[in-house]
Amino acid sequence: MVSLTMTLNGEEVTIEVRPDALLVDVLRDQLELTGTKEACGEGECGACTVLLDGEPVTSCLVPALKAQGREVMTVEGLASGGELHPLQKAFIEHGAVQCGYCTPGMLMSAKALLDRNPHPTEGEIRQAISGNLCRCTGYVKIVEAIKAASED
Amino acid sequence: MKWEKYLFPASIEEALAMLEDHQGRARVIAGGTDLVPELKRREREVECLVDISRLEELKGIQLEGDVIRVGASVTHQQLAASDLIRERATALAEGAHAVGSPQIRYMGTVGGNIVNAQPAADTAIPLMALDAEAEIVSGEGSRSQPLKSLYVRPGESTVDASSEILVALRFRGLDGNEGSAFARLAKRKALALPILNAAVVASLNGAGTAFEEVRLALGPVALIPFRARKAEEALRGKAIETEAIASALEIASEEAQPRSNPLRATREYRQEMVRVLLRRALQRAVESAQS
Repeated sequence: MVSLTMTLNGEEVTIEVRPDALLVDVLRDQLELTGTKEACGEGECGACTVLLDGEPVTSCLVPALKAQGREVMTVEGLASGGELHPLQKAFIEHGAVQCGYCTPGMLMSAKALLDRNPHPTEGEIRQAISGNLCRCTGYVKIVEAIKAASED
Repeated sequence: MKWEKYLFPASIEEALAMLEDHQGRARVIAGGTDLVPELKRREREVECLVDISRLEELKGIQLEGDVIRVGASVTHQQLAASDLIRERATALAEGAHAVGSPQIRYMGTVGGNIVNAQPAADTAIPLMALDAEAEIVSGEGSRSQPLKSLYVRPGESTVDASSEILVALRFRGLDGNEGSAFARLAKRKALALPILNAAVVASLNGAGTAFEEVRLALGPVALIPFRARKAEEALRGKAIETEAIASALEIASEEAQPRSNPLRATREYRQEMVRVLLRRALQRAVESAQS
């Protein structure tokens, strides 16, 4: 086992991990942050998207040790002080959640977009979530929710 | 256990020493977007991964005189967003923007895209048209090689990732009467491998009415990224006119040797599309050179 220290949702965490652990497994199985989902396991679907130093990455492809000394944000880090993040509220208000499996990844891709571009066009929103698949085919409502959150 | 050790070298020298210590059982990792899935599927076995993504020497995009140096660990996202690349190597910015998905572009690196040696890698095709040179280090020192010479067959590079490191790519930045563009055909706009991709670099005469030199790169129409040299030759010195272009594109379509792929496209369709994609990219490269 190897020691991994990272800032996770704003708090420094040190944990012993296997050298070949992937970030998604450390988050879900060791840290019990099961908000992050794993679906395809090969970086094609975006369900496992988290932010690494503010950038969206598919955590199923990230060796956990790549997070050494860096900042990781998962969907659990979005809400603060008992208040949902504006994106989370907008997803609820616009019915952008069906089965919910893609939602954490969608939220993290949307967060990465709005952090860089607070007022994106619809095209920019669609581009930003182009690496996140929704198999309930609810993209329209997801795009509307992100647009609404960006207008708040 | 997929790998037993995951190491962060502090310098290129240390990275080479780590690789040397493992005698072929260690491998360089950068973004990991190709390597990690291969290791998960057990298509490759390693004992140790040497992560080079934090080495300063491999980072950054710089202008050295006329030459643009792109560090091998520059991500697709950084390439696509770089003003220098967008202005003076437009085709490369466009190619990088076409890779995978936003997440893959934030993770994947240009060096990995080259060493992974796929014949239609979206950054390799523009780099071929830009006539890029690669800087590689090994225990024997540093060497510079034309990009094309790094390719053996799909998935096989002459750069041995268990003992060598691709450090940077270099090419002349385009200026004045030059322009470049990238075109791509795929089933979807994201997360789809190209049916065909093309990059064009055009140098025009002072008046912007004739081609001085044109470089045409295509993938996947051969086992390695392809330059349509006969078509390039046919355009040399020609006035920018419909007929000359049509006849050169005909030549390109003949010299390209795509294969049929049941998931993506037939050989015949690809061959036909060579003309279409090259025409689109050529037109935009010429417009950019004239403006």
